[in-house]
Amino acid sequence: MIRYKPSEVVDFVVIGSGAAGGVVAKELSTAGFSVVVLEQGAYVKEKDFKHDEFGVAYQHAIANDPKVQPSTYRTNASETAKVEQRYDYGRLVGGGSVHFTANYWRFHPDDFRERSVFGDVPGSSFADWPVTYDELEPYYTKAEWELGISGLAGANPFEGPRSKPYPLPPLPVKSSGVLFERGTKKLGLHPFPSPMAILSQPYQGRGACTHCGFCEMFGCEMRAKSSTLASVIPMAEKTGKCEIRSGCYVRRIQSSDAGRVTGAVYFDSQRREVFQRARAVVLSANGVESAKLLLMSGSKRFPHGLANGSGMVGRNFMWDLGSFASDLFDHPLDEYKGVQVSRLIHDYYAADPKRGFYGGAGIDARFDWQPISFGLDGLPPDAPKWGSEYKRMLGKYFTHTFSALAHATSLPVESNVLDLDPTVKDDWGLPVPRITYQPHPDDMKNLVWIQRRQVEILEAAGATRVWKYPVEDIGVSRHLMGTMRMGNDPARSVVDRFNRAHDVPNLFVVDGSSFVTSARQQPTATIQALAYRAAEAAGVAARRGEL
Amino acid sequence: MYRPTRRSLLFGTLSAATLADVAMAQEHAQRAASTNAAFRYLKAADAAEIEAIASQILPSDGTPGAREAGCIHFIDRALESFDKDKRGVYTKGLAEMQRKRSELFPESRTIAGLEQAQAIALFTALQETEFFKLVRTHTVMGFLATPDWGGNQGNVGWAHIGLEHKMIHQPPFGYYAGEAK
Repeated sequence: MIRYKPSEVVDFVVIGSGAAGGVVAKELSTAGFSVVVLEQGAYVKEKDFKHDEFGVAYQHAIANDPKVQPSTYRTNASETAKVEQRYDYGRLVGGGSVHFTANYWRFHPDDFRERSVFGDVPGSSFADWPVTYDELEPYYTKAEWELGISGLAGANPFEGPRSKPYPLPPLPVKSSGVLFERGTKKLGLHPFPSPMAILSQPYQGRGACTHCGFCEMFGCEMRAKSSTLASVIPMAEKTGKCEIRSGCYVRRIQSSDAGRVTGAVYFDSQRREVFQRARAVVLSANGVESAKLLLMSGSKRFPHGLANGSGMVGRNFMWDLGSFASDLFDHPLDEYKGVQVSRLIHDYYAADPKRGFYGGAGIDARFDWQPISFGLDGLPPDAPKWGSEYKRMLGKYFTHTFSALAHATSLPVESNVLDLDPTVKDDWGLPVPRITYQPHPDDMKNLVWIQRRQVEILEAAGATRVWKYPVEDIGVSRHLMGTMRMGNDPARSVVDRFNRAHDVPNLFVVDGSSFVTSARQQPTATIQALAYRAAEAAGVAARRGEL
Repeated sequence: MYRPTRRSLLFGTLSAATLADVAMAQEHAQRAASTNAAFRYLKAADAAEIEAIASQILPSDGTPGAREAGCIHFIDRALESFDKDKRGVYTKGLAEMQRKRSELFPESRTIAGLEQAQAIALFTALQETEFFKLVRTHTVMGFLATPDWGGNQGNVGWAHIGLEHKMIHQPPFGYYAGEAK
């Protein structure tokens, strides 16, 4: 791999190597540009991943660790935020694309124009996107073929038009998928095989999934999960133009008096401060960390944070909302084997004014558990927590349970804000993110409504018992969306329709932060489609000499 | 979103370890699993009492429980390394439990010496305390984590829940997947 000197002015510094940063790095380096990717996490490889639930889920082996990088949370601006981990991201080369469940849904055409289709929602900043599905479609296709997505084109009757089928057939159906199909078909719904960023067959020199079951939260030892670590980052390195520099925690994006960015200042793994010069910067650190970094990069010209002339940086933070229900069946399901999800529905995806609120969801059948999490929280709420009966139920339920998860809308609300905590500092002495968030009332009505649909499906599937989890408990968010919405109006948005900062011509922000609405969660496919499109635009701008 | 895996992140009782702590815990766990070495942190008398609690949480009722899994070694490693800051909860909680034991069963000398019904009565009285909940969390974790962490020795925890731990599984998965075309 090539090594650049920090004093050398490279064409692009990319901050973050996840779903978006990995794609941008590959696109720009294969187009001939010199690229340095600054990743705060470690460069670990497939051989380093372990089937170790305790280490991965409870000791943050490959995710942000709240002990060294705390964050604070409150529900409204009148409270003092408390130190509390409320968001989670992959902190390693490949970022969240390494540890995600690998659901890979395209947004629907109406997701990009839903404000026009549905109308205004009072108390929200609901808006149309400045891009359409048709504009994004070629980039969805490119992502699916370059990264390796398994699925069945045409099986989802609610999906928008596609120019190409998936490159790989769906993964094998699980018992949960068969039962979910049984229940949903009985109710007249339209189940289809889950599109997954996991290889059902060998593809581009990578091996197929071996159904070990360790997808969600884990890195894949087989390189079958189509993370940027397994797919595009090796392509970027092969160009000889791209350096992946890990262990680099960026603390500031530097800008000139002329209002252009000049590079990034970071702490290296020995906590020495380094300034990497660049002609342009692509910020892809996720919906929380990217906004935090702009707010930390203020200057005389940008007193409220870099590229924040609109005051919109950090606003409209949207949450990973959903509702959860579990069941018990007579025969063994052995759901711990295989990828987490094999069937889902989009029948309740579209919002319907007749329901009396805005909202919608996709519902999938899944096993969202590993042994410890199941042991701690997997049994019905009225089950004993210890003793012989607890032990007996644990032995039975682990192999006889699956869950239905609804991935639900989260309305953009301007007072849901990501900013810098005024007092708490991280282990490097930097300010930490402060999240101020509460769901819009329609979001909560939607969750209650959609959870009833989940229960109907599980009952129709023949479950002997069904239990629900409280929707008010919004838990920890992993889909970090909003905070730097894209738009055509520089007074009301942070980036333009190509993810380029309105205020700073040589700065691009490419990750979930640019989302105008949440769709029905599962943001990765859209983050990556936007990343391919933004990288193309950045390349064109660079060749024109604009950067 | 409310998902149990995330719930544990949010409300889990464990503190976050440094990488050095984790490496140390795993190294010690290897030793525990292979030799049943002496405790690194717990005093033998306290270990016997805590193990008596763990073995009511996951009893050895015909099939292996917390005792056979060596959950006490997971707890010992936790308190020595990644959960050092929970030592006070154990010290204070165990003392409180001993007081309650003397009050309920004045004839008894130790928790480990209680009869089954007495032990259940004592733990039922204290099951909402931070200490009991933490022992429960640690016991379940020790039972079901990889043996590298000191518990689940001989994979008895995984055997109990029906988990066959392999890198490769072949479809069909479970009874109903056989119905698929």
